[in-house]
Amino acid sequence: MNEIEKLKAVATQVRRDVLRMVYGTRSGHPGGPLGCAELFTALYFSVLKHEPGKFSIDGRGEDLFFLSNGHLAAGWYSVLARSGYFDKSELATHRHIDSRLQGHPATEEGLPGIRVASGSLGQGLSVACGAALTKKLNGDPRLVYCLMGDGEQQEGQIWEAAMFAAAKKIDNLIGIVDYNGQQIDGPVDEVLPLGDLGKKYESFGWQVIELNGNVMEEVLARLEKAASLCGRKQPVMILMRTEMGHGVDFMTGTHEWHGKSPDDEQFKRALDQLEETLGDY
Amino acid sequence: MKEYTYTEKKDTRSGFGAGLLEVGKNNPEVVALCADLTGSLMMNAFKDAFPERFFQVGIAEANMMGIAAGLTIGGKIPFTGTFANFSTGRVYDQIRQSIAYSGKNVKICASHAGLTLGEDGATHQILEDIGMMKMLPHMTVVVPCDYNQTRAATLAVADVVGPVYLRFGRPKVPNFTPADQVFEIGKAIVLNEGTDVSIFATGHLVWEALEAGKALYAEGVSAEIINIHTIKPFDVEAVLQSVRKTGCAVSAEEHQLHGGLGESLARVFAGGYPVPLEMVAVMDRFGESGKPADLMKKYGLDAAHIVKAAKRVLARK
Repeated sequence: MNEIEKLKAVATQVRRDVLRMVYGTRSGHPGGPLGCAELFTALYFSVLKHEPGKFSIDGRGEDLFFLSNGHLAAGWYSVLARSGYFDKSELATHRHIDSRLQGHPATEEGLPGIRVASGSLGQGLSVACGAALTKKLNGDPRLVYCLMGDGEQQEGQIWEAAMFAAAKKIDNLIGIVDYNGQQIDGPVDEVLPLGDLGKKYESFGWQVIELNGNVMEEVLARLEKAASLCGRKQPVMILMRTEMGHGVDFMTGTHEWHGKSPDDEQFKRALDQLEETLGDY
Repeated sequence: MKEYTYTEKKDTRSGFGAGLLEVGKNNPEVVALCADLTGSLMMNAFKDAFPERFFQVGIAEANMMGIAAGLTIGGKIPFTGTFANFSTGRVYDQIRQSIAYSGKNVKICASHAGLTLGEDGATHQILEDIGMMKMLPHMTVVVPCDYNQTRAATLAVADVVGPVYLRFGRPKVPNFTPADQVFEIGKAIVLNEGTDVSIFATGHLVWEALEAGKALYAEGVSAEIINIHTIKPFDVEAVLQSVRKTGCAVSAEEHQLHGGLGESLARVFAGGYPVPLEMVAVMDRFGESGKPADLMKKYGLDAAHIVKAAKRVLARK
């Protein structure tokens, strides 16, 4: 199996993990992480320079990843476990009492891989700006990544951070918008249209690139491109087109599966579409 | 009764500015952020001394709190500076999630707290900030009373690992704390010992409490005056030790009745040692424009009102 095929296999397992975690507690958000499985996998199994076995909040000398749209937690937990931050058996505790795998990511319980709590939207890009500034102050050449939702772009704080990052020439920062066009109440274009998001970021002073987030080859190539654009006195924003619910036919492309668990029959139908490539937790 | 004197009146925010410059010199990991109020917060000395460690974020306080949280990742110790109103209510969710719940080592430095902000009026006169901040798990809440104590508190909070809310103000007030007094977080200071009534004060009201103590002494009442410069962690032992002796208490603060020092005291008393308590605070209303001293008088936050409260509580013993 070549590298791409291996990564695709991981992404398929991530999707299984997400569904099993959500179904396991009959609660959570399957749609977003299903759509971002390629990104999570590409980052944690190929792109990030990181040390899963020696996690520290400070992450000196490592690339950092922040999940601003914390409701994608299940997908993040899956790649954290499977890349070695903690044992995959712990995925079974997701959203249960006494778990380190909170409904939205948190540092309180000390889960390795998490550096800041997220869930209340709009805050991650600011945190990523701060972490990127510290890397510069520390002479640390590694990069800072921050994934956000497209609906999350409706939060005003995002644009405060966008203005700040460009003004301060934070060029070790790569933002990623999960551009699936869906949010809780329906299509983003119906709830509150974003307009031309790429032009907005460009006019704020960012370098903007686009990619199809559900094609592994493209995700890897464009993430490499994004890293190559760093160090040019401008932050980088990736508009990542994805399908919410990608990988499960009846969950794809609708906001219906933003935040609910499949029932018994739906769960079985969904798993039937996803091969168990790495062994379930 | 000890007589407190001072050589000059100084603003607590200048104590913060002086302290910030010192912590900047002492610790290269200290950085500072400001949301377009650098002069008002007296942060220019730090900015000029350490331009590469100072971040002007513009009028974007929510972003400032997030950036500060991020700066801690990799070891920086960020001090944010803006008015108390914009340091708390405006950014409560950012502080709650990105700083307090995330256990981030951010020092939220808040000036122009309370009525003594003066003429700008109620939009800027936050009187709810102590309550908001003390409710947050992991948060330390510090409210120094004068220039020297604010300077010392700024040095002390730099050594705390975890989020701190440091509240100070705009007006020039008597600077009576010894310049060399070390600030001990969570340790109340007994300024005058007494036997009849305990007066617990915080911030600008500490000097007023001392004045009240003098007036009460002239009338034959022995008041114990205690500076509660740390609202959280609360010095329960010092509070109980005092009221076990006096049997009644007055609280004095430039803050709403709800959520402030008085309520922290009431919790302690109700929890095991019930004594009568009278609260000198703003009585569930917004402030207004005016000269600081006039406002403090109108809203009942001066020595004369503390004396009245002491007499009321003595009558309830």
